[in-house]
Order: sequence, then C-alpha cells, then structure tokens
Amino acid sequence: MTTPLDIPVAEIAAGVRIGKLSALDIVSLALARVESLQPQLRAFISVDADRAMNLARKIDEQRAAGREIGALAGVPVAVKDNMCTTFGATTCGSKILAPFHAQEAAHVVDQLESAGAIVIGKTNLDEFAMGSSTENSAFFTTANPWDVSRVAGGSSGGSTAAVAARLIPGALGSDTGGSIREPASFCGIVGLKPTYGRVSRYGLVAYGSSLDQIGPIARTARDAALLLSVIAGHDPRDSTSANEPAPDYVAALDRPIRGLRIGVSEEYFGAGLNHEVQATVRAAIAAIESQGATVLPIHLPHMKYGIACYYLIATAEASSNLARFDGVHYGHRTPRPADIIDLYSSTRGEGFGAEVKRRIMLGTFALSSGYYDAYYLKALKVRTLIKSDFESAFRDVDVIASPVAPTIAFPIGEKSDDPLAMYLADIYTVSANLAGIPAISIPCGFDASGLPVGMQLMGNYFAEDRLLNIAHQYQQVTDWHNHMPALG
Amino acid sequence: MTVATKVRPIIGLEIHVQLRTRTKLFCGCEVQTDAPPNSRVCGICLGHPGTLPVMNRVALESAALAGMALGCEIARFTKWDRKSYYYPDLPKNYQISQYDIPLAAGGTFEFDVDGSPREIRIRRAHLEEDAGKNIHDTPGCTLVDLNRTGTPLLEIVTEPDLASADDTYAFCVELQRLVRHLGVSEADMQKGHMRFEPNVNVAIEHNGREYRTPIAEVKNINSFKFVRQAISYEIERQVAVWEENNDYVIGKASNENRGWDADRGVTEFQRGKEAAHDYRYFPDPDLLPVQLSDETLGSIRAQLVERPVQRRRRFASEYGLSMKDAETIVEHRPTADLFDEVIKLGGPAEIAGKQFVNVWLKHANDRGVAVTELGVEAARIAELAKMTAEGTVNKTAANQLADAMLTRSNCPSALAKELGLVQVQDADATARWVDEAFAANQQAVSDARTNPKKMQAAIGFLRGQVMKLSGGKADPKLVGKLIEERLQQP
Ligand SMILES: [Zn+2]
Repeated sequence: MTTPLDIPVAEIAAGVRIGKLSALDIVSLALARVESLQPQLRAFISVDADRAMNLARKIDEQRAAGREIGALAGVPVAVKDNMCTTFGATTCGSKILAPFHAQEAAHVVDQLESAGAIVIGKTNLDEFAMGSSTENSAFFTTANPWDVSRVAGGSSGGSTAAVAARLIPGALGSDTGGSIREPASFCGIVGLKPTYGRVSRYGLVAYGSSLDQIGPIARTARDAALLLSVIAGHDPRDSTSANEPAPDYVAALDRPIRGLRIGVSEEYFGAGLNHEVQATVRAAIAAIESQGATVLPIHLPHMKYGIACYYLIATAEASSNLARFDGVHYGHRTPRPADIIDLYSSTRGEGFGAEVKRRIMLGTFALSSGYYDAYYLKALKVRTLIKSDFESAFRDVDVIASPVAPTIAFPIGEKSDDPLAMYLADIYTVSANLAGIPAISIPCGFDASGLPVGMQLMGNYFAEDRLLNIAHQYQQVTDWHNHMPALG
Repeated sequence: MTVATKVRPIIGLEIHVQLRTRTKLFCGCEVQTDAPPNSRVCGICLGHPGTLPVMNRVALESAALAGMALGCEIARFTKWDRKSYYYPDLPKNYQISQYDIPLAAGGTFEFDVDGSPREIRIRRAHLEEDAGKNIHDTPGCTLVDLNRTGTPLLEIVTEPDLASADDTYAFCVELQRLVRHLGVSEADMQKGHMRFEPNVNVAIEHNGREYRTPIAEVKNINSFKFVRQAISYEIERQVAVWEENNDYVIGKASNENRGWDADRGVTEFQRGKEAAHDYRYFPDPDLLPVQLSDETLGSIRAQLVERPVQRRRRFASEYGLSMKDAETIVEHRPTADLFDEVIKLGGPAEIAGKQFVNVWLKHANDRGVAVTELGVEAARIAELAKMTAEGTVNKTAANQLADAMLTRSNCPSALAKELGLVQVQDADATARWVDEAFAANQQAVSDARTNPKKMQAAIGFLRGQVMKLSGGKADPKLVGKLIEERLQQP
C-alpha cells in the first residue's frame, strides 16, 4: 500500500509547493489514519483535526495565490505531549497537569509551524518523559506497530510509533537518557538526539534540564536532517541554547564517508546484550566499513557508571523541576484539602504516577543534606569523567558506533514491576546525554521474529551533520527503513 | 538567680534590599509591586511548565556595584543555585539564589554613630529572586499576589560586629543611604524595599567566666525603629533568661528564630534552629554560570561614587559644615552633588552651607521637591553665598533675594540692585537713620541707657527701627556699632 504518507517529508513539501499534492489532502489522510489506528496503537494523546485542516487549507490557498510557503509546508507532524502548544492541552502524560493550557508554544512548535509544517496532535509518552516503554503514561500504553503486544519504547514512544506506522512522516521527541533513540530503535526508524544546546528547550516541560534535548524522529536520515534544520538554532529564551549557527544538514548528507574513522568500544557489547541485536549491529558497522570507513577500537572506561550517574542527576533535577506541580497555581488540585500541607501532599499523591514519585524521591534523597556529596556531587564528578572519555575518543575517531538498546522491543508489562531492569534499557544511551554529545538511532535490521534493531552513532559536539551524513549513506545501501509494519 | 554584671551584645544582620531595575531578575515583567494584584506576571515568574529563566544583566551589575561599595571582592565566576521549599508565594517551589559562590564577599563598611566612626565586616552579598506575597486578610482563604515574585533582591550578610541597638540602627540607616546614593535601590521602607533580620546574642561576664547566650534571629523587620526595639528587647530578654538559668548558653540551649510583634513590643519564638529546613541547594541547570571579565568589572567600578559616609566626613572637614548639616545635605545624592558644585563655583563654604540648609533646602521642603528641582542653578546659589559673605547683602536681604530667585532667572547681583537690597555701607547715611530712630523713640533710648532690665530689649528695638528706616539695606554690624556709640554720648 502506498499512500502520500509513505513518501518522505521532503517530497511532500516539494509536492505541495508545485501544487502536485494538496496540503489538505495530505493532512486529511493523516488524520484519518491516526483515527483508524488509534485503537491499536494509542500513539496520540490529543489530535486537533479542525485546526490542522484549517492550517492545511491556508497553505493551499497561499500556494494558489503564488505566495511564498515554508520548507515544510503541508507536512503533517506531531510533537510529544511534553512540548507546549497554544492549542489543546499539554499533559506530559500525567494527571497532575490536566487541564493545563500553555500560554506560549514551545520554540520548536513555532519553528515547525512557521516553516509550514502542521502539528496535527500531541503524542503519548511516559509520564514527564520518565520511562523507556511509554507504559508510564497516565492515559494508556502505546503499542509497537511491528507487534502491538510489545512496547513502542519510550519515553517518546507515541512519536516513534506514529512515524513507524506511517501516520505521519515526521515527529519530534525529547531525549533525556535515550527517550528518542530507544523507541526509534524499537520502532525501526531514525531518531536523533542533538548536542545539548543545539535545539531550544523553551516550552519543553523539563524532566532533567541539563540532559533534555528535543530531536527529530523520521523514517530517513534525510527527513531527520530536514526537520533538524528547521528546529535547530539559537533561542535567547533558553540560556543553555548554543549561540552557534545551525549548518545546512541536508546539504551535508551527500558528503562521502570514505576514510571516516568509526570507533567501536567493547564496553557497548558486553554482558546483557541480546545476541541477535549484537550480530545485527556488528553487521551494520561492517556495512559502513565496506563503504570505505575505517573501524577502530576505542575505550570508554567510565561508560559502566553511566546508568548510576544518570539516575542520580536526572532524578535530582526532576525532583526540583516537578516541585511546581503542587495544586496551588494550575493543574490538578485535590478536592477539600485539610490544610496547605495536605493540599500539597494529596495533590501530588493523586496526580503523579508511581515512577514519577519514585524518581522524585530518589532525586530528593540525592540532594538532601548529608547525602549530597556522596550522591549528587559524586555523580557530577563521574559525569565529567564520562565527558572526558568521549573527548579523548573523538581525538582518534569521527563517530562511535554501538547498539541503541540491549534488546528488541519487549512485551508490554514485562518490565513494569522491575524498575531496575527497565532502567537498564538506557544503558547505551545515557552517556551521550551526560556528555551532551549528539547521537542518532538508525534502523539496521530485524531479529528472527521480525522486530527492528537499531544502531547508535555518537558524534562530537555539534557533529549532527556528520551523524546524519553517515546514516544517510548507510540508508543508500540498505533498505531497512523501507520495511513497513503490517497494520490495517 | 544570678545577676549579670557585664553584658556585651553581639549583633549581626541579614538584609534584603530590593534592587531598582525596570524588569524582574529572570523575566521581562515590569517591577511594580504595588500594581493591581497579579498584573505584573508572566509564564516565567509564574513558574509555568516549559518556561525558562534568562538573567537580567542590569540586576547583576547593580548587585556587583553595591558589592563593591560594601568593600567586597566581586566573584569573577559565580552561578545560580536553586533553594527548595514549598510555599504558595513561590510558584516553582524553589527560589533561584546563590549558595556557595556569592557575587560579593569579604567587605568592610564604615558608618558613624553620633559622629564617631564604626566599622562592620560584610561576610557576603548575593543576588536572588524575591517571592510573592500571601495575603491573609480574607477569612477562610489565603490570596496570593505574585507581582513581587522574581523581583531582584540583594541579600547582604554581615559579621556579628555590632555592639548595640543604636549602632545597628545607625548601620541600617547608613546602608539605606548607600544604596540610594549608588542608585541601586529606592530603599523605600514603606514599600518593603529593605527587610532586616538581626541575629542577636550576648556575652555575659560573671565570676571571671564568659557565658554566651544562644543566637536569636529576628525575622523580617521592615523598619529601622523596629530593628532597634527588637534588638533592645532581645538583649534584655536573653540576659533575663540567663539570670534565671545559667545553662541558657550556646551548646546547651538551641539557637532560634523569633518574630517581632510591633503591637506588643516583644519578640516571639517561631522555631528552633535544629528544625532547620533542608533547602537542597543545587546548581540551577537552566542558567549558565556567570563570568565577569576585568573589562566588565572595570566599567561597573567606574560607576562607584563617593560613599555617603565619606562624603559627610569631607563636607564637615573640608567645608566646615556641622555634622548635622552635612548629614542633611548628603541624605540625597543630587542635593549633595549640587552642593559640591556650589563650592566648586566659588561659594564660600561656611555661609553657602548654612544658606543651603536654611534657605534652599527649606524652600525645597516647603514645595515638596528636591533642591535640584527648584530651578535655581548652582552658579546663582554660589553667587548669593558670595554676596552674603562679602556683605553686599545682609542676611535678611539674602532671604528676600532667594525668594525672588525662585521665580526670576536674573543673576542675584542684578536682582539685588533692582530690588534695592544692596547693603548700605555708608556710615553717614547710617548715622542719620540712627539719629532719626533715637529722636523718635525717647523711651527706648532712656531704657537702653538706664534700665538694666530692659536694656537688651531696648537696644534690639532701636536696631530694628534703624533697619526699618534703611529699608533693610543697612549693614546690621555697622548699625550695632553706631547705636552703641550713640548711647555712650549724652
Ligand atoms: Zn514575569
């Protein structure tokens, strides 16, 4: 089955631009497909169909009138529901925010829409982006389009499922410890976590502020490059946003990769890694090698402390970031509180799910007087060591290749009662967040049961162009990204 | 019961000063705390999810300037930390502050108490955002006004170098003068721009041993008078408690927070320090560390002005002003600047000082404006002082001339001529007025000559008559001399 939604972002935009495609047709198609597959996938928390169709009509009118339309004009997209929009609610997959209507849209939402993309709705996520399976959403669990009994991954599982199922050609996710890359890997699509500071966090509801980054999710590296070109760049409203011009990521795709040095660290292929995932990723690395790149062994000695370090820093920041959800100013408020303390504790008790509470408690503990030095401060020191591991590795290699996750998508419910096992899903991804470097997940094959496997490429600061370049070149000689899940 | 014989109070302070900036510390909202409730707020200061703070550079530079004026070293590298506690007037439930690297540290600050110099060490001064206000005046509910939320505050912490309530009072007043002089704060007490938290204990000498009572921190006082009262009360209270129980000492009894009850004139226990909050400070990941280059520090330092205490001392020593007059003039920086200008333009210091306070400042007060707003230039003020000193006009005429100068822009010498206020130095003319006055007032003349009881009054009367005959233009000194001579004659 070929629908316009199978064609890439760039071609939709080009088709709309020359009048070959109508934005309204494309958007209507996407809305219809979202609606028909929602019962199976549960990828969306909210959809604003009227608004999307109005915007599409406007784009068709502008084109017909000969007016300039943006680079993404007519492309239906979705954003994870932790990014603020001025339409609809922003839920973060939590009951505590309902009903919250943001006064300002996230920077990325403004960027997308001013380029003509149409945000048709908000996708499901683990509550406040805390999770690796989307099972922690307060509303429902998103299913994996390749096997609806399995998780889509998380926390950006709604966005990756929507793109993998061809509901939309592109979407945005956020990645604090792997939340774009792991679900992209589980869903067999491309997901990029940019360098910390490359994309403004303004309007992204914070989880771990020093780790959070918004990034593109698409089927091809080219589409991811196109989306990144639109959302990257300096934003004075985010003090941590890099004051560096964003290069033309699309133009960089066609550079040759001959002679590039690919680092492989055996720390990423140790115990706990599924054999089929291992074999598939090694084969993908060999494929890149056969395109003229050189594979070199590297050593990242502190990688093994990544999970511990990440779960201290992310939860510490989260415990503070989520303090504002107290029932006083907006969102859920417990009915008939006895006093102010009860207002706080009952509101938060009722509003937050178990995983969020667990992380708030972990983080509160890590920052408490008497424990700060042993936990939070030590984690900061380890973070510096992890960073310098990468800095020295990138003196010898251009990128580092590894698996994205130790397994393929696991069955829904399998790890729900074992938070520690769930945390290990992030073992290969958290280091890039801790170091602040960019990393991409690229579909690189399937296991015997037909479930997708992803390869991760990590690059030096602001080397998104290089990551996308290699991913694109790899996609020129492979067709994993063209495989399509069998859905209605 | 023991009677304390020798008591030495030990007092330090934490002071919050609201900085005068157009916008808040981390968002673009206008600072106007008395605007209608919740009318000066945005997503950032309301702590809405997704919003991010951006530092106000002006606030940082004002704080650095104040830090320099307090004699502190300014940190070239500092950062922002989150201080966590739950309160409805703090929408994020953390306050952005500076914890372990304050913007300014290690200063000393001079002030005077009744003309004698004092010094206090400044431990640190850092910048932070203010909270909003909880309003409890509606029964059954608390209203929250967030206009003040995010307003820049400078928190100054002193060493416990103050030894009395009066010294503390003088220090607080001097600090107000300083921040006003620098222009970094309006320091309006009525608007809560300065809030004081004195920490007080006493060292008691008894039988060759020293006992130190636990430290009481009196929270959130917003008037100088209450600072003085609260400290006096605390000193007495602590001594009395110790006299009852000699174990009321640091180590055996705990430090505490107390509140000042202005109606009853007492401090009241709030909580013990052992129940102190764990604020869980950590660096705010939303804000970059702040680096201050030599160049930036240099340009801030260039805005430093003479501190009011030094200026007062200079006005007294160089210009010969009384401490009281110096204090009056230095209270307001543009006024002091104007006075310096008057002296620079040749105004004779002593007369200019008196005239400035007694004439010009009085006119300004009567009109409810600053002396700089009277519309009289420094050069004219200097000229009038000079004319008075040289005897061109007498004091009465000078006052009349000043009145005229308020509405006319002519130079005072021209005005004096026009209004016929130039003092007459002509001895013959003056003698004629004296003769005339003597002839017309036989009784007064006789009293002045023979009645010791009425002598002074009669002479004064005659002098007044002569001045009247001269139309106010006679030189009072000459008049006095001639009356004296005439009375000696038969
Ligand atoms: Zn604001």
